[in-house]
Amino acid sequence: MTSASDSTASKGARRASIDLKTLGPAIALLLLCIIGFLLNPAFVSEGNLTNLLTRSAFIGIIAVGATFVITAGGIDLSVGSMAAAIAGIMIIVMDNAVETLGSGVPTVLLGCGVAIILGIGAGWINGTLTTKGKIEAFIVTLGTMGIYRSLVTYFADGGTLSLNFEVRGTYRPVYYDSFLGLPFPVWVFIAVAICGWLLLNRTAFGRYCTAIGSNEAVAQYSAINVDRVKTLTYIIQGLCVAFATIIYVPRLGSASASTGVLWELEAIAAVIIGGTVLKGGYGRIGGTILGALILTTIGNILNFTDMISNYLNGTMQGLIIIVAVFLQRSDWKLGKTKAS
Amino acid sequence: MHMRNILGALAVTGALAFAGSAVAQDKIKIGVSYPTPTHAWAAGMNWHAEQAEKRLEELYPDVDLILVNSPDPGAQASALEDLVSVHQIDALVVLPFESEPLTDPVMNVKKSGAWITVVDRGLSQPGIEDLYVAGNNPELGRVSAQYMKTRLKDGDNIVVLRGIPTVIDNERFDAFMEEIEGSGINVLDHKHANWNRDDGFEVMQDFLSRFPDIDAVWAQDDDIAIGVVAALKQAGRDGDGMFVVGGAGMKETIKGIMDGNTLVPVDVLYPPSMIATAMDATVAAFKSNGPVAGRYILGATLITQENAESYYFPESPF
Repeated sequence: MTSASDSTASKGARRASIDLKTLGPAIALLLLCIIGFLLNPAFVSEGNLTNLLTRSAFIGIIAVGATFVITAGGIDLSVGSMAAAIAGIMIIVMDNAVETLGSGVPTVLLGCGVAIILGIGAGWINGTLTTKGKIEAFIVTLGTMGIYRSLVTYFADGGTLSLNFEVRGTYRPVYYDSFLGLPFPVWVFIAVAICGWLLLNRTAFGRYCTAIGSNEAVAQYSAINVDRVKTLTYIIQGLCVAFATIIYVPRLGSASASTGVLWELEAIAAVIIGGTVLKGGYGRIGGTILGALILTTIGNILNFTDMISNYLNGTMQGLIIIVAVFLQRSDWKLGKTKAS
Repeated sequence: MHMRNILGALAVTGALAFAGSAVAQDKIKIGVSYPTPTHAWAAGMNWHAEQAEKRLEELYPDVDLILVNSPDPGAQASALEDLVSVHQIDALVVLPFESEPLTDPVMNVKKSGAWITVVDRGLSQPGIEDLYVAGNNPELGRVSAQYMKTRLKDGDNIVVLRGIPTVIDNERFDAFMEEIEGSGINVLDHKHANWNRDDGFEVMQDFLSRFPDIDAVWAQDDDIAIGVVAALKQAGRDGDGMFVVGGAGMKETIKGIMDGNTLVPVDVLYPPSMIATAMDATVAAFKSNGPVAGRYILGATLITQENAESYYFPESPF
């Protein structure tokens, strides 16, 4: 890294630091996987790896949406509650549609359609209240977080909403079946990730998000329709939550007040571990995906060992998140280069 | 503390305003206070409380039961004050949100001369309540372990999924381990699944990847058991005599036991309907010629196909 000649030293250092920034989350994930393998070789069994990927899909898909919101300088705390509310309403709609549509594919498609409309609608509410209502995103989404969460509690009468047994039979393969060796949720995750990457890196919309996140006033003067772009980021977030919910519901066929608790924080953590800047202006979809994988892998590894007390799970998670971000904020490497 | 004083002051003001309209009646007034249902077990409790209210008021026209639920300890404290000042209750049935902050408010109700029945969660000072009704957490663990011992032999392997790290969880787990000890059954590992279906599913998936030979699962709770069963089915390891023992008494689980489900063949009772037991006993304290006082600890009954029907309430949300 420091072998560059004097004249290119600073340039080389910058390139090295950028590479490290990109590689940080990947290195952290690799380290985690090695630790997992050393603890128990069954960690790399095909079954466990598919479980890991499938499990990451929920947080991963939501985190792709969160990358847009955060890049544009916003925050969305309502995603976990939103997922629970969408799951609940989906289940109610599908259960009621059994009589007219039967328990086949049309009912499931209706449920998915409802989820997508609700996701877009909920995102639009968050976006419009933030932009037109001139309320801080933190407050708006803190409010809607409570609203969506209590809605699902209300619909479920405090209990659990369960999907009709036959509809579950039709819907079940969406979570449990595979295509080319990968479960469907992983394919959805891949598709959402590719679309997200293209949208953020290859379109004007993506550049507007970055511009707004780095300096909203300048973006405004540059004739960017700031309100529209910001609202769109929340709509994308809502849509991602809807996709995540569509693959979540067939897993256990139920929704309750405990569905999706703390998903918002996991999604935000995944985004930040991945290298996106929390205050906006710089976003990385690839990093977000690694971030989601890291978070799921931590939980997985902790279940693979009894070396660490169960009560310290949170400590381990916290430490690994901080170390992952530390690796990625590579200023410490840069300092070393300068010193040499 | 300060907040509670303000709430208390508000409650008193409210009580004064209503004092004129509160006509003294010779009915036996019993207040029933519990947390607002935000999860399935509590929703079941709410349902059973409403059922018991209907049944008891029909049976005894001179008994008036007043159900109040509160979203947090502070609200419950002021609800108790209202029950005394507005309704002038003769007895209180209370499932405290938390032991510590509600001990004083319940003591104040006691000072008004009312009969006190405490349900499930004890107060932090002894001797306040006239009657204590609760489920039996250590017994739940012990009964589960005893069932495991009847089904498994020396050298068989089990995994344990625990609840949220709390005293309740520890009591259940410690009693289970104590009973299992010396039986030759190996407890491969235990992890917290937080009384939650999703966590139950994920923890069980990992146990299945980690341990190639598992003979049975103690899931401690019916919600966790649902996640465990989904993971077993996904991995195709739900055959070969594998079985899962949950706990609580969820209606779907009990229905499954009635129908002869071999994967979840039994359940251990920790019923939300204990609030109804408490209400019955409290009314009996006024109506029965037999003495009612002391501690009423419910057995952690093992529900099997033979007795499942008497624990099945299809209308209850839990």
